[in-house]
Amino acid sequence: MEQSDLKQWEQRCIQEEPPECTAACPLHVDARAFVRHVRDGRWREAWQTLARTMPLAGVLGRICDAPCQARCKRGEVGDAIRIGALERVCVAQAQENYRFTPLPSKGQRIAILGSGLSSLTAAWDLIRKSYGVTLYDAGDRPGAALQAQHAPILSGDSMTAELAWLEKWGVRFEAGAPLPTPSFFQQTVEEFDALYLGLDSIDSDQWPLTRNAEGSLQVDPQIFTTSNPKVFAGGLTSSTILRAAQGRWVATSMDRFLQKVSLTAGREKEGAFATRLFTSLAGVQPLRAVAMADAQSGYSAAEATAEAARCLNCQCLECVKVCPYLEAFGAYPRKYAREIYNNESIVMGTRTANTLINSCSLCGLCQAVCPEDFAMQDLCLQTRRSMVEKGKMPASAHEFALEDMAFSQSDDFFLVRHAPGQKQSSHLFFPGCQLCASSPGQAAALYDYLRTRLGSVGLALGCCGAPAHWAGRREESEKILNLWQKQWEEMGRPQFLLACSACHQMFRELRPQVPIQSVWETLAAVGLPESPNTSPSACLAIHDPCTTREALHLQTAARQVLAAAGIAAEELPLGQELTECCGFGGLMANANPSLAQEVTRRRAALSAHDYLTYCAMCRDRLAAVGKRALHLLDLIFPPAGESDPAARPRPGWSQRRENRARLKQMLLEKVWSEAPVAGANYAKINLMISAEVRKRLDERRILEEDLQQTIARAEAGGPRLRHPVTGRLRAAFRPRHVTFWVEYAPIKEGFEVFNAYCHRMEVKS
Amino acid sequence: MKTTEDWSEELSWRCAACDRPLEMGQVTVTYMENSFTTDMPRCRQCGQVLVPEGLALGKMAEVEKILEDK
Ligand code: SF4
Ligand code: SF4
Ligand code: SF4
Ligand SMILES: [Zn+2]
Repeated sequence: MEQSDLKQWEQRCIQEEPPECTAACPLHVDARAFVRHVRDGRWREAWQTLARTMPLAGVLGRICDAPCQARCKRGEVGDAIRIGALERVCVAQAQENYRFTPLPSKGQRIAILGSGLSSLTAAWDLIRKSYGVTLYDAGDRPGAALQAQHAPILSGDSMTAELAWLEKWGVRFEAGAPLPTPSFFQQTVEEFDALYLGLDSIDSDQWPLTRNAEGSLQVDPQIFTTSNPKVFAGGLTSSTILRAAQGRWVATSMDRFLQKVSLTAGREKEGAFATRLFTSLAGVQPLRAVAMADAQSGYSAAEATAEAARCLNCQCLECVKVCPYLEAFGAYPRKYAREIYNNESIVMGTRTANTLINSCSLCGLCQAVCPEDFAMQDLCLQTRRSMVEKGKMPASAHEFALEDMAFSQSDDFFLVRHAPGQKQSSHLFFPGCQLCASSPGQAAALYDYLRTRLGSVGLALGCCGAPAHWAGRREESEKILNLWQKQWEEMGRPQFLLACSACHQMFRELRPQVPIQSVWETLAAVGLPESPNTSPSACLAIHDPCTTREALHLQTAARQVLAAAGIAAEELPLGQELTECCGFGGLMANANPSLAQEVTRRRAALSAHDYLTYCAMCRDRLAAVGKRALHLLDLIFPPAGESDPAARPRPGWSQRRENRARLKQMLLEKVWSEAPVAGANYAKINLMISAEVRKRLDERRILEEDLQQTIARAEAGGPRLRHPVTGRLRAAFRPRHVTFWVEYAPIKEGFEVFNAYCHRMEVKS
Repeated sequence: MKTTEDWSEELSWRCAACDRPLEMGQVTVTYMENSFTTDMPRCRQCGQVLVPEGLALGKMAEVEKILEDK
């Protein structure tokens, strides 16, 4: 990923955009954080949040006219949060020390005329920018007019307190100055490096400056310059917060003027602006503002806390709300993009984001819900590819799935045939590796049925290459897709009939020239076989595989098949284009098994109904967490000897291989009348394994084949260890990148296996 | 790869070929071009090692991940 790509990804996620309240505040007070502190009764922190941005918080916090409220999101569902009133309580509750770090003086002196809000704010900011500041006021007490104007709110000593701070930091107050007179003006211009005229508290009629047609001072509305370059003016607005804001912007202009830099550059975000932040109001109950028991004195602390609790804490996080993976890593896509970029840029050291990159199920739900179309799946897949290209992909992340894919493409399973007695195929049935692994009998039954309805339907057993694609191994997935393309051409370009939606997605997106149809579309068109009474024992809810998110016609076809079978089913709250992954997609379950299991559990908990799905992997993963789940084929070709197919357990990894191998043999024998091919020698070793051990080995992804190989080698004279008391044996074998340890004992029928484990490191003495 | 585990169970196994008890001894562990030594139960005569289950699933798996993320 280039830096510019990172910028684009970051730009796209708007989670860090300010909420409406902050964007509407001329000073950009972090009202969201402020209100949260108030909600939690953290008055000190609330005050600090306010004072970080707001000048003279003790004064302005009492009289701000709160334009933020007009744009507050809460206002769309009930009343806007009364942010102004909350500020008033806060500054009355807590009065902390302002932070002020004196810097070496710049040596330049600024005169400020008047003591209205704009003047006081300008003084507040300029003293912090290390200018010498003298504030001239016509009366005998600065701020007195403002105080009078806002009686009784400002009647106490709040004004005195803020002025004391200014004085402490070095602002000089000159009372009784003849402000309106031209001579005073002239004298100040000559004496000081720059001059501010606070028009909110003084009269400008007599000053020698250019005026407009109406006779008022000509002031630039953005940078507050006048016809005299040394003189700035502002404050002519009725809004209190805008007056303060103008004082702040003037301070910026004066500073830039004295620093001799551009007065205009980079000031676009001064004042209220439009924010891109999206906040969903779905499910938000309307709420009225909390009433004040005493409107004169404002909210009590308790009332304020209740009022603040209505705040929506505006954020986007639309994707995080629906994706347990995004939630699990504690942030959101904008942050993840940065982490992924850093991970890729590391030369030496630990790549801490590898698990983040490899855990995404590539399901695309994030993009479907994101107001800005952020596609985390694209980011993760593209990064996986570049990791593979650079040889930086952790070997363990996807190895098991890739070996399973290799098995599907090996002679043990791979098969391409025209229908028996046919020299050509109009269709090619492609059941996919996982349906055959899960339910070989139904794959065979469906093949028979398709031949009876469509005639020359060929068969293709193998894998579509999705695991390699998901693992970012483009070379390998392309190799497999090219192979299928070649087979397709050699068979006379039949239409592929796909039973797996992952295969459908692979061909749809990566081999658009190959004509495909999902078997659900086929079945919806040709009709269902006469079947025994298959009505399920419970209510059903449909789980759409995540690979159908962008193939709504598959979802429709599956529902048509269901309707044709006379069965009703409910929709899940997150279904169809918003469906969730079962935890298998993107090889999530390989790279992050525990997270994948959490994903499956969450999915399973969405409804108490039995689930109905049309992906074998989805069904088996749901079954593995104890969810009752049916495959659509269970209703069409009820599995023999299963009284309750929804309760059928998920076949383990070994079983999944055996099912595929057996299916191939069975079809060769039954459909093409060919003799079965003998398997490898070790495959003849008979193993006794208790259900408990079997489950443990499946979780550890240790196959029976691994056990057989290990035992075969040990029994043929390889190294073994023996336990003197139990007589059990232990042996290790490292066929490729993993060492398997098996604890076993010979029995009459073969061997009993008590335990097995594995590691990737190589150990030698 | 130091661990504080109790390996008395592993040390009660014997090498089947040499018919000798296992003893703690130095072994070399290699992964992804990284190599280091540690002590594990092994046959003093023929060098056959027993990698304990707890080690394989615990500390070794952790170090594997660290090395893979390097
Ligand atoms: S949905 Fe997610 S990715 Fe999209 S803007 Fe919101 S937080 Fe960012
Ligand atoms: S609801 Fe809260 S965060 Fe959202 S705009 Fe209103 S005050 Fe700000
Ligand atoms: S798992 Fe799905 S929803 Fe979550 S980030 Fe990945 S593609 Fe998006
Ligand atoms: Zn020995």
